[in-house]
Amino acid sequence: MKTRILGFVALAAVVSAAIVGLFVVPPDLNQGDAQRIMYPHVASAWLAYLSFGVTAVGGVLWLWRRDLRFDAVALSGAEIGVMFTAFAIWGGMMWGRPVWGVFWQWEDPRLTTTALLLALYVGYLLLRRLTEDPERRATRAAIVGLVAAIDIPIVHFSVEWWRGLHQTATIASPERALDPAAPMVFVGTLMGTLAAFSLAWLYLMIRRYELARAELAREEEARRGRLRAVQAAAANLRSQEEAAR
Amino acid sequence: MNGLRTEARVAMAIARKDAVAELRGRHATVSTLFFAAVVLLLFGFALGPDARRLAEAAPGLLWLAIVFAGILAVNRLHLLETDDAALEQLALYPVARRAIYAGKALGGFAVMLVLGVVVLGAVGILFAVDIASAWLPLLSTVILGAMGIAAVGTFYAGVTVRMRAREVMLPLLVLPVLAPLLLGAVRATAAALAGDPFGELGAWLQLLVAFDLIMLMAGAATYGFLLED
Repeated sequence: MKTRILGFVALAAVVSAAIVGLFVVPPDLNQGDAQRIMYPHVASAWLAYLSFGVTAVGGVLWLWRRDLRFDAVALSGAEIGVMFTAFAIWGGMMWGRPVWGVFWQWEDPRLTTTALLLALYVGYLLLRRLTEDPERRATRAAIVGLVAAIDIPIVHFSVEWWRGLHQTATIASPERALDPAAPMVFVGTLMGTLAAFSLAWLYLMIRRYELARAELAREEEARRGRLRAVQAAAANLRSQEEAAR
Repeated sequence: MNGLRTEARVAMAIARKDAVAELRGRHATVSTLFFAAVVLLLFGFALGPDARRLAEAAPGLLWLAIVFAGILAVNRLHLLETDDAALEQLALYPVARRAIYAGKALGGFAVMLVLGVVVLGAVGILFAVDIASAWLPLLSTVILGAMGIAAVGTFYAGVTVRMRAREVMLPLLVLPVLAPLLLGAVRATAAALAGDPFGELGAWLQLLVAFDLIMLMAGAATYGFLLED
């Protein structure tokens, strides 16, 4: 019941953030209406990083305490993180087209890093699907999620370097959208959107976690069922043999 | 200190076992070398026949060929261990798990080094790049790149070796992780071939060293969990 209330609150918050972002806040002087994409874009990118952090921590806790609930947390983080990452990339491309003139800007380290991030965690989710045993799955996923988390800063650093050592034309970079000189309305709207998205994130995390627990319980039940069926068949066979004797 | 020496001996023994198996059967090198050669030929068809464009693209093509062939090589080296439950036997030995990882990675490194040097030579011939005059920085790049691919590849081969669809899963998991290595190695190779006009070679080699060290440590710390499952 509490989760449901949270869901409604989150929905209302996201809707009001959208209304404020689309109609209330004035458009940016340089970028015009395209800049409005920045509010959900930055919020989802931030939450994507948070989700992958949760996945890494969940994985480590599983390896340490061997409690499958931590694995369920890790799974929820990865899946919701992938969703927010995809959303952030999509928003970035929609923003890039009018502002940069292209959907994809190879020189932007964040864009390329985020694309790799998506690939890393889609791989993580596929790995989970292809492993049946829950404990094996949790271990493999925990390790892969941990190495992915270690890889993210290296990727970011190397891509930034790649651009830095290649002095090319400087293009209006996204960080300008949020420098301290930006008017308070913009900053306030971004913070509001972030808060609304965080509520939605929390709701999704709780629901996904519950779902993961239910899936685990069902897997366990199915395994027990198979075991009972095998035992029953064995007992049946034994009694038949005895009868024949 | 004594324990560390034992671990090094164990790692060497495992690497030697892999090397002997490789020298006798040539499971990993021959097929992957041939694969790398075919990849290079296809790159030539895809981007040629303009010789200048091929020479410009050579560093990227070199490292793509090494990375693709390298994934096949580390996979083959781990498949050796699935026969007769050899990996389970290995896991039962009373030695540190990180020594087993180090041994497998060392074996992979040896194979990757042979692969890298041969592919480098092939790129020099096929794409008319002068590799002889910059042999030392090029060799350093190949050594560091081979080490990184072996470190990451061995670790992920351990993850996928007992999985369904491992042929798809291994490259899918390894390639995004190897992105910084590919970037650093390609830039270092390009800088070395151009005579390092901007003095950036050292920085890229440092990036490769850092990548190798971080990934080796991560692999050594977590490989044991894979052997347990």
